[in-house]
Amino acid sequence: MAKFIAAKIPEGPLEKKWQNYKDQAKLVSPNNRKKLEVIVIGTGLSGASAAASLAEMGYQVKSFCFQDSPRRAHSVAAQGGVNAMKNYKNDGDSVQRMFFDTLKGGDFRAREANTYRLAQCSAALIDQAVAQGVPFAREYSGYLSNRSFGGVQVSRTFYARGQTGQQLLLGAYQALLRQQAKGKVKIFNRHEMLELVCENNTAKGIITRNLVSGKIERQAAHAVVIASGGFGKIYYLSTLAMGCNASAIWRAHKKGALMANPSWTQFHPTSLPQSGSYQSKLTLMSESLRNDGRIWVPKNKKDARNPNEIPESDRDYYLERKYPSYGNLAPRDIASRAAKEQIDNGFGVGELKNAVYLDFAKAIKDLGKTTIQKRYGNLFDMYEKITGINAFKEPMKISPSAHFSMGGLWVDYDLQTSIAGLFAIGEANFSDHGANRLGANSLLQACVDGYYILPYTLQNYLATQIDKPKPAAHNQAFVDAEERVKKQLQTYLNTNGTKTPDEYHKELGKLLYDYCGLSRSRKGLTYVIKEIQKLREEFKTNLLVLGDTYQINSELEKAGRVADYFELAELMCLDALNREESCGAHFREEYQSDEGEAVRNDDDYAYTAAWEWTGNPSQPELHKEKLVFKNVSLSTRSYK
Amino acid sequence: MPMKLQLKIWRQKNSDDLGKFNTYELKDLNPAMSFLEMLDTLNLQLIKNKEEPVEFDHDCREGICGQCGVMINGIAHGKPKNITTCQLHLREFKDGDTIVIEPFRAKAFPVLKDLKVDRSAFDTLIASGGYIGVETGQAPEANTTPIPQEIAEQAFDAAACIGCGACVATCKNESAALFVGAKISHLAALPQGKAEREKRVLNMVNRMDELKFGHCTNTGACQVECPQDISVLHIAKLNYEYLRAKLKK
Repeated sequence: MAKFIAAKIPEGPLEKKWQNYKDQAKLVSPNNRKKLEVIVIGTGLSGASAAASLAEMGYQVKSFCFQDSPRRAHSVAAQGGVNAMKNYKNDGDSVQRMFFDTLKGGDFRAREANTYRLAQCSAALIDQAVAQGVPFAREYSGYLSNRSFGGVQVSRTFYARGQTGQQLLLGAYQALLRQQAKGKVKIFNRHEMLELVCENNTAKGIITRNLVSGKIERQAAHAVVIASGGFGKIYYLSTLAMGCNASAIWRAHKKGALMANPSWTQFHPTSLPQSGSYQSKLTLMSESLRNDGRIWVPKNKKDARNPNEIPESDRDYYLERKYPSYGNLAPRDIASRAAKEQIDNGFGVGELKNAVYLDFAKAIKDLGKTTIQKRYGNLFDMYEKITGINAFKEPMKISPSAHFSMGGLWVDYDLQTSIAGLFAIGEANFSDHGANRLGANSLLQACVDGYYILPYTLQNYLATQIDKPKPAAHNQAFVDAEERVKKQLQTYLNTNGTKTPDEYHKELGKLLYDYCGLSRSRKGLTYVIKEIQKLREEFKTNLLVLGDTYQINSELEKAGRVADYFELAELMCLDALNREESCGAHFREEYQSDEGEAVRNDDDYAYTAAWEWTGNPSQPELHKEKLVFKNVSLSTRSYK
Repeated sequence: MPMKLQLKIWRQKNSDDLGKFNTYELKDLNPAMSFLEMLDTLNLQLIKNKEEPVEFDHDCREGICGQCGVMINGIAHGKPKNITTCQLHLREFKDGDTIVIEPFRAKAFPVLKDLKVDRSAFDTLIASGGYIGVETGQAPEANTTPIPQEIAEQAFDAAACIGCGACVATCKNESAALFVGAKISHLAALPQGKAEREKRVLNMVNRMDELKFGHCTNTGACQVECPQDISVLHIAKLNYEYLRAKLKK
């Protein structure tokens, strides 16, 4: 029997909950704030915005990132935009509508109260970013411009050319460095968190490795915030940066933090296809391209003609055919699955038959080359740099790729995990997107968590810590944790087998992609769990890492991350197996309509699956958080 | 057509080591492969032979994070214009080519190991004034101050800098003028950045000198190798802002 857990959602009507919370949250007076220390792991949009905001309030912040500078965090790569309810277009947008779009986009598997709060806080973010100097796109009049994004019928996406994530991150990064200069933030770049330290099930600090000197360090604080992003890199081929990893959240999980819906991974429909076995990542092309590009495959599987020579009558614009009202702007999960279906049925294009066309010929004809150049110029340039092909002359070839983790550490309404004093924000938590995230909602969630929610909820926790003894890095819990970390690193080096971490990662990624990716089945999952277990055992005895721990050693870093992936991979499969329904990005082949659409089971699965580590990766314990919908009626998600 | 390449790569154990070039050969490379994937391939080969792999910085591998960057045949990020090292592909080379690969070299960017350098001096520069001092919660409604499209676009052109350091590595004086100029120009263009305009430029320029970056002698080499094609006109803007601030003082 699964245990039930509660999210501590405040009383009151939906639109008053967050205000009620803020009105009642405990405060810490300014003279006490400087006595309280907070650790923030990760310097992406959520981590940097949280660290800067907390430091501005007066707390002492230690900020960690594995990259060489906080500005490199992977939020930097988000292209398309950030959603916010400003209704500048006067096209009927409202908090209620944004809330509903997000909830529906997530196939009714997110918490109402969290999703509503996300929409409520969205407008302020645009104000903040503009004040920081983020150069959003503007009309000739000087007012802010918007565009529309997949899964939505209004224009609420703000953008800065194709570099929205970069510009928002630079805003947060600059705010962070301003606090560093003021002595309120200490930045630990090239540091990786390798262990969470708890005393009495309360987070008291972390153990880190200095990735330059190799030194293992103890860091104590009154609270720990994990903002380490998503773990889509577990599939090896993904749109994520090479260093993105699950280690911070996984090590917190192994200390008792529940992991929620870990199998829910969004596959982005518009990334570039794989071109060979050496490939290290799949580059994402912004979803905004679907505003003007038309997706198609040849009607004839064996059509070997150049795409420009294939006449209209021999093309299948399958999204426009299957989803006439949304067409090429169908949500990501639907667009990705539809592409996979075409590829699996043999209609794929390109050398490896693993892509579909994204065609701009009609848009160029209707709007002119100049307009398309202006809208997507940098994306077309990027495409040409990678493929050598000019997309003004020939359609792009795209394919779905692992992209965003809707799952992550389970958090309550306060963004606190099941460990007291341990908070998770941004993509590292699971909270707002349900089973599928809408485009341009990830930058939003990261910023809203960091700028507007955590500063209130963390303070509410810190207020209880003022009169407690100061966490001390010389305590036994820290000494023990440091020893464990050192021993584990030495184990990787001592194994002295024949295969590198990357080789294992590629094998694991392929297994997951095939059996726990865009579609899953009971048979496939049962099979792959055994395969993962086998490979994990082999990894333990046959890993090859050279060098030592007292220097820069990238292979050693990878070994730890892959070891964590091996355990997480099994949990993802168990989670996917447990959920006997299809919802959002989770498509179980057994649960589909005659037309191949996802079939949800609200009676049995309207819950968040939160898994507890038991010491055995094959036997996690399931906890359920019931999802209660009082403000929307659960409908079948239709984009037809 | 599979390619064969000879690589002369800088190997240096740590910042105290003198360092030297080692030569490696790679066969059967696919021209569609990226330059960093070629290094991955080399490293796999090295590890299998129980030799330590070549350390290099990289992360997003799509040209935006700014973490990668090496000198390729003496040119930062390699010969094609306006790309990062991760966006370079083997189709740019010829079968049988020898490629010389070195770290970015500058006094302000010490080598950590092999091709990895320490660029935290760039963070120090930003911390000295490369921001608008607005704190969370202070911002007015975003459309209160319209910003003409032209100005916003100008600001963006400067803000697009990815902080990779190619400009410093390319400059014979190891100057950070393009990096600082881009940030000064970005923030000075916007109405929100006006309040701290003078203080910002004076602080950043002073810090640039302290961090052992050289002076700009207007050769323009930095723009040529900049992945984002940041214009040297931003250096002119930096000089203007500096002079203006000095005169006002």
